[in-house]
Amino acid sequence: MIRRIPLWLWSVSGIVLFFGLWQGVVSVGWVSEFVLPSPIKVVDRFLTLMGRPFAGFLLWEHALSSLGRFMSGYVLAAAIGIPLGLMMGRFRLLDEIITPLFESYRYVAPLAWVPFAALWFGTGIGGPIMIIFTGAFAPCLVNAYRGAKLVDMHLIEAAQTHGASEFRIAREVLLPGSLPSIVAGLRISAGLGWQSLIGAELIVVSSGIGYVMTQGQMNLSPETVITAMLVIGLIGLALDVILRMIESRVSSKWKRE
Amino acid sequence: MTARQPMLGNLFTRARLVGIATITTLIILWWLLTTGFGVIGEYRFPSPEQFLASLKRIWTDGYAGGTLIEQVVQSLRLVAIGFFTAIAVGVPLGFLMGYDKRIEAFINPVFLLLRPIPPLAWIPLAIVWLGLGDASKIMVIFVAAFVPSVINTYTGVRNIPPHFVEAALVHGASRWRMIREVYLPDAAPMIFTGLRLSLQASWTTLVAAELVGAFLGLGRVLQTAYRDVNTAMILVAMVAIAIAGFVTTRMLAALETRVIRWKNIE
Repeated sequence: MIRRIPLWLWSVSGIVLFFGLWQGVVSVGWVSEFVLPSPIKVVDRFLTLMGRPFAGFLLWEHALSSLGRFMSGYVLAAAIGIPLGLMMGRFRLLDEIITPLFESYRYVAPLAWVPFAALWFGTGIGGPIMIIFTGAFAPCLVNAYRGAKLVDMHLIEAAQTHGASEFRIAREVLLPGSLPSIVAGLRISAGLGWQSLIGAELIVVSSGIGYVMTQGQMNLSPETVITAMLVIGLIGLALDVILRMIESRVSSKWKRE
Repeated sequence: MTARQPMLGNLFTRARLVGIATITTLIILWWLLTTGFGVIGEYRFPSPEQFLASLKRIWTDGYAGGTLIEQVVQSLRLVAIGFFTAIAVGVPLGFLMGYDKRIEAFINPVFLLLRPIPPLAWIPLAIVWLGLGDASKIMVIFVAAFVPSVINTYTGVRNIPPHFVEAALVHGASRWRMIREVYLPDAAPMIFTGLRLSLQASWTTLVAAELVGAFLGLGRVLQTAYRDVNTAMILVAMVAIAIAGFVTTRMLAALETRVIRWKNIE
């Protein structure tokens, strides 16, 4: 009997049960609206925040300011991490010098950099960028390094025999060879960097979508907190989907060649 | 090609020597830049002497509500509770999702809906619900550690080659034996990958949660030191966090080699 139910019906019932339970416990009164607002109230809050400023700005303006900050830290992490990782894969001495430093850096949770970031670069633009950087840096470097290690030594030697400069080898042999690994790293970086920014905004920064959550928490308005969580999740999802698309395009092109 | 790659033992000692040289150079440079020439002021980065003095202070007198041992124990305890609860629920759930298509269809959409929300984004809600004490930290660690353990167990079980399962079925293995002797051993490496990611996420989340607000713990030390502009104590807390993360990761890795070796013997 149970085996005859088609799979999609299981999926639909899962979603319905989730939202039904959520709405149900609030409607019946088991859980107070001040603890868990109903889904309807969250949607209502979302629409309100889109049209009326909260903590100084509209919801999408907060989100955009977070996204802008994220982008600068993320680009910086990629711009330093990828070349460094490639060079470490190419030159053994550099690998041996950086690896012990990198290994010790890796065990420091990214958010533990918040105090130094704030003291060194302030809580406006510089500090958050540094925190995103510390979150996003490791996967960029590790994946570029692994990718470079996978490049066939014969290709590099062939390029050398033909008199290619180190820069040309990096651009025309190492980079294309390790591209799939690099793009995979960029996707992991994006998730970690985005999450680090939210953490930074919760702790020291007084703007952005994380700040909306802090304000919602202080005003005891869980519907604001949940609305901001959803926006954060949606932006994270969008970043992931875009990078996944790039990833599959790169790897399919790479396999063909 | 062979000239570039010396024997393994040889490479090991060389890498080690360069590593020691790098760290020594850095420590000397650190001392020169702070105490030696005074290029970097105390309010930017502490000198080695200040670092050691702060370490001694928190070790004997305590700082931000407790000695170093007490702070480390508090953070370790929260990570342990959150992590073990999460994997106790997450691994079986991921297993069921990989084992039975209907359970997968039932749970996966809701899971996909909640997954993009980063664990750190749960902190304010946890505070609204449970306050600033231990319970809210355990909740966010649970959320952080839950997701990787579910996903990796699920992937590990789902990717078991069908002919393995069929071969066992043909020989009349019972359901329980199938789980114990086919599914679990085969998915073990992926499950451990998930546990490692879960552990990492637990530490990141705990530090963030304690920075947002706590009464005790390494994140609390970090936050207090930041307020006091005590850079030496900030560094002490960061080093303590790194060591705690390192030691727990190593413990998990040791457990993994044990379990996987046991699997290979069988």
